[in-house]
Amino acid sequence: MKIIDVTSESLAAHVAELLGSGHRLALVAAVPAPSGFDVVYLFSHGADLVELHLPVPGDDPRLPSIASLSFPAGRFEREMRDLYGIVPENHPLPRRLVRHHHWPRGWYPMRDDAGPPPAFGDPEGPFPFVTVEGPGVYEIPVGPVHAGLIEPGHFRFSVVGESILKLKARLWFVHKGIEKLFEGRPPEAGLELAERISGDTSVGHALAYCQAVESALKVAVPPQAVRIRALLLELERIYNHVTDLGALCNDVAHGILNAHAGRVRESLLRINDRVTGHRLLRGGVVVGGARLRALPDVDALRAIGEDVAEIVALALGHSVVLDRFAGTAVLSAQAARDLGTLGYVARASGLDVDARRDTLEGFAPVVRTGGDVLARFQVRAEEIAASIEIIAGLVGDLDAGDLDHVTPSPSGAFGPAAGVGIAEGWRGTIVHRVQLDAEGALARVKVVDPSFFNWPALPVALSGAIVPDFPLVNKSFNLSYAGNDL
Amino acid sequence: MIGAAAQVVLIGVGSPFLVGLMRQVRARLEGRAGAGIAQPMRDLRKLLRKEPIAPHGTGWPFRAAPLVLAATALVVAAVGPFATTDSPLDPAADLFAVTALLALGTVALALGGLDTGTAFGGMGASREMTVMALVEPTILLAAFALSIRVGSTNLGQIAASVAEDPLSVISPVSLLAAVALIIVTMAETGRIPVDNPSTHLELTMIHEAMVLEYAGPDLALIEWASAMRLTVLLGLFAGLFTPWGITLALPLALAVFAVKVAVLGALLAAAEVFMAKLRLFRVPELLAGSFLLALLAVAASFFLERA
Repeated sequence: MKIIDVTSESLAAHVAELLGSGHRLALVAAVPAPSGFDVVYLFSHGADLVELHLPVPGDDPRLPSIASLSFPAGRFEREMRDLYGIVPENHPLPRRLVRHHHWPRGWYPMRDDAGPPPAFGDPEGPFPFVTVEGPGVYEIPVGPVHAGLIEPGHFRFSVVGESILKLKARLWFVHKGIEKLFEGRPPEAGLELAERISGDTSVGHALAYCQAVESALKVAVPPQAVRIRALLLELERIYNHVTDLGALCNDVAHGILNAHAGRVRESLLRINDRVTGHRLLRGGVVVGGARLRALPDVDALRAIGEDVAEIVALALGHSVVLDRFAGTAVLSAQAARDLGTLGYVARASGLDVDARRDTLEGFAPVVRTGGDVLARFQVRAEEIAASIEIIAGLVGDLDAGDLDHVTPSPSGAFGPAAGVGIAEGWRGTIVHRVQLDAEGALARVKVVDPSFFNWPALPVALSGAIVPDFPLVNKSFNLSYAGNDL
Repeated sequence: MIGAAAQVVLIGVGSPFLVGLMRQVRARLEGRAGAGIAQPMRDLRKLLRKEPIAPHGTGWPFRAAPLVLAATALVVAAVGPFATTDSPLDPAADLFAVTALLALGTVALALGGLDTGTAFGGMGASREMTVMALVEPTILLAAFALSIRVGSTNLGQIAASVAEDPLSVISPVSLLAAVALIIVTMAETGRIPVDNPSTHLELTMIHEAMVLEYAGPDLALIEWASAMRLTVLLGLFAGLFTPWGITLALPLALAVFAVKVAVLGALLAAAEVFMAKLRLFRVPELLAGSFLLALLAVAASFFLERA
């Protein structure tokens, strides 16, 4: 990790240089410092990490916006303004992001001196939706309460006939203050929060969190534990991918494949239960290492892989299902790159971004170039097969009788420290940054779920699609609301 | 007279069980346990016990729609050639009258959906009208092709003539008309591949989008009427192509009718398992195809059966 101290004047030049050399903006976090805030910009390029530290005064905090250099940076800056009150100057979209309009003005919940929230009112008035004008244009508002059991999001479509002219997704209905909850806890007690950031990504977030803590504490993880962690990450990927393959078929009313995917998912959850004692794989990854109850049965997983391959073949062999998937909601490679998308959304649009490349030897990500629902379906289908082979390789190197590999954390005070953890969860690259205070307690934890990067890609992919295809497209992205809105 | 009354009672009571049977067939074929064939009946009972409630700002079209829908379905149940061709409303048992009655119910429901003023009501109504504009002519043409041989558009007479000469069903005319009628039956009753009756995705709905604002007894009435329309359309299919048993004594004829509709419903549900929902813009292509088949049936009836 390279740390560069920058000033307001030199920030943009450093950012431009890093982006130009192929780095990606992984995280922006405001960290409370004695003089105000220390704003951290984390860039990654493979395993190469660079942090820019920009000091910002506590009274009237301002920083120059780098939104013109990086689209995700603009969103991080809006998030930071809402939660810390740090104003990005010359921001192209100086609107609220996280805090809805009924949140009080001038109250920034993440600040140390925020205190209890004042009365909520209507300080900003109603949320302004951009209205599209023209003959026959009308609006369809959907949500945030939906007919099915899904997370809350408000979508407003401007439509002519059935064609979508513009979609505005309004999120941030589930702000829990989970980053604030981390503060003051000992690092071990932060794990249970990390596992619950997004319920379907327990391992991904737990792993990124533990890696961040270990890098702050300078703890070396036993090599066996590294393998167990990689194995758990793939188990999580498989069960989530299977669920969504079935759900995609269900969204085009081909329910029988969803029923079979549900059957396969259940057998995977039972394997999870045997392996970690928890159906959603909680408790396997711990600070300093990993613990398992048993190794997964590779033959059973291979049989499941064949089952899934049959479901996929049946889905893509069905002419109507294929017609619904193919060419629907194309996200171009250029758009995917500009928006900084991650995970299977990016890989289906031809970007070979995958953090596992840096941890697994000889790993090659599954990439498709179509950018449509079909490509996202196929990437996920192929990743299931790839994950099963990764697990088979990892299980061969592990001893079934010895599955408890944990390096104890150093005790006593060791001064302030910071660390970064990066894990390729099933949705994409998860980044955590942990700052410990002098007593070794958590001072600041910043969590970035890949959904934060991928949400803006959904309306882009949908322009030109038709309204009744939206649920299918949304499912093909399957972004987290809880992981996005912390 | 008794025959017509018996038809109405059988269809009125039996149609929720037909829906239940179709759901059960589908569940079993998908490897699920299913809720049992009486579940729609239990749902109706539950809905009827709830308080009647209507959204603010709705007027008489919203309130009248369920009644019109149910009333038209009941009239068709009385006049159709299901278990008897001896209808007291014989002059009205005309294919044009039956089609118009079904269309009246659809239009009433679409107006009810529009009356709510919500985006979904309007969206569902607009989609339903698109589908109806293609479905109704196909029903008319298909039944018209069958009527040419008989020389009458009276459904009872068509059914009676086929019942007398069962082999006459095996003709290009009947085959073309049958395929066309199957497709429009699936469209008109909101089945896969046109609509998905079990979806929770508001944006994909056609029929369900129109009725989203209904609750309690009104919703029960709509669900019941929809079940009757499904039964009536399947019954019409059975009456026009397999009217065997219609000349039997009434109790026996009713039993034969029930079995025929149950078999047709089970076949339809089984076929749905293998289908997926079409992209909305492909639905007109499918319906235009069925219209073409009906048109060919009419043409064939002139060329083949006049000769």
